[in-house]
Amino acid sequence: MDFLGFIIICVKVLLVFTATMLGVLGMVYAERRVSAFIQDRVGPNRVGPKGLLQPIADGIKFLMKEDIIPDRADKPIFILAPAILLIPALMTFAVIPFGSPITLFGREIALQVADINVGILYILALTSISVYGIVLAGWSSNNKYSLLGGLRSSAQLISYELAMGLAVVSIILLSGSLKLNDIISNQQGSFLSWNIFKQPLAFLIFLVAVYAETNRLPFDLSEAEQELVGGYHTEYSSMKFAMFFMAEYANMITAAALTVTLFFGGWDVPLLDEGSLGIVGTIISVLSFIMKMAFFLFLFIWVRWTFPRFRYDQLMRLGWKVLLPLALVNIFLTAGYLTLQASN
Amino acid sequence: MGTIVKSYEPTFVDKLYLPAMVRGLIVTLRHFFRRKVTIQYPDQKHIPPEGYRGLHRLNKYPEGRIKCVACEMCSAACPADCIYIIPGPSPWDEGKERYPVRFDIDLLRCIFCGFCEMACPEDAIELTEIYDFSNYTRDDLLIDKEGLLEVYDLTKDQNYYTKKSQSQASSPNTSIST
Repeated sequence: MDFLGFIIICVKVLLVFTATMLGVLGMVYAERRVSAFIQDRVGPNRVGPKGLLQPIADGIKFLMKEDIIPDRADKPIFILAPAILLIPALMTFAVIPFGSPITLFGREIALQVADINVGILYILALTSISVYGIVLAGWSSNNKYSLLGGLRSSAQLISYELAMGLAVVSIILLSGSLKLNDIISNQQGSFLSWNIFKQPLAFLIFLVAVYAETNRLPFDLSEAEQELVGGYHTEYSSMKFAMFFMAEYANMITAAALTVTLFFGGWDVPLLDEGSLGIVGTIISVLSFIMKMAFFLFLFIWVRWTFPRFRYDQLMRLGWKVLLPLALVNIFLTAGYLTLQASN
Repeated sequence: MGTIVKSYEPTFVDKLYLPAMVRGLIVTLRHFFRRKVTIQYPDQKHIPPEGYRGLHRLNKYPEGRIKCVACEMCSAACPADCIYIIPGPSPWDEGKERYPVRFDIDLLRCIFCGFCEMACPEDAIELTEIYDFSNYTRDDLLIDKEGLLEVYDLTKDQNYYTKKSQSQASSPNTSIST
């Protein structure tokens, strides 16, 4: 790799990292504001114009708080757990393409940090690591509520990861590649070439699984505050507590980006050839990506304030008895269709 | 004479739950755009309805004389026993012979039942719409005759909260302690 390539990579890493962190701040604000609006309230509107500086005030407050580590906690793991949760959450965004390639300094730059050929597997692997953070946080706290939260989280992950993976498999069958760029280019063209229209069932399964995966309502059993005090983060305070929340929002951002990439054509604007428009095309593609993502992030909050939490056994039943068979049927149908098409 | 009520049997579409979920989302979305019920308190103030029982006042005649004749009906009616009156001969030549030398209300004891204004034969004591008169010390929440007359001046013309401009946000002066 030459020097310029190295600089470009560094810039891209920095850009994506800042964008994700800013997205997290935005989500903290949006969550509070949207939830307030849905409940006919106004929400935080005192800090800065329209309350926009509220996340910063929250951050300062977290930094000022005393950092408590329980006496009987497993100290190294207790300290490590939030990092295990947060780092994969921030790493996942690396493989997601957020715009059409751009030509600068006489070379083509892909708007993506790393174009690895097993992009989807990379994302699935990292999101599975992050559950270790939750389990270890619950385990090391030496608190029964935390432990229960961690246990629930791991059980939940097992039942949903599978359905989610199988939903993704049908997309991979269509595109014939694990590369996210190939999946996007496979969806270019008219509106109907988006995967949501080809695979509506896979989309539904994936969407439900994503909510379970990010521990959001209606599947936030690992932190069900009515039963488990605070779940896995009961014993955490100060910035460590904030890290759990940053991880949750970062996960939401990645999940939204992944949903857009897999089912809504990524940065693709239908009926428009972004490549022929040069830099304008790139800007349009980035904007379209952000807008699609913003919708799914809004949907996350919207769903949170609409549906009540699932009971533990209901969640298990939905995962194993509904989503998994449906995903298998969907793969079977997709594969059968593709085979028939190939043999004709 | 029992009637058989057929229990609800969910259809296949019901069991999909998707239409119900979409309906739920629409409900919350409608609330998202609805007018908010929050009153931004220190900036905007809730205007209490007619007949609200807030801070007391002592009424005056147009020429400025206090209406109260210190009959102590109010303090007798008061279930919380929070009105202390010392009667005395009125300093004015004509009209009623008695007037209150002291008229104190312990706002911390008062339960704002309004029995005092019902008991008053002279329509001298009344409850106003003022609700935000919190204070920092117990002594400051003992309101005396001057304080009660001041409340009358604040509220006699129109509603306290519609009259007050945004800039003058402080509560009426209950701090004239006794």
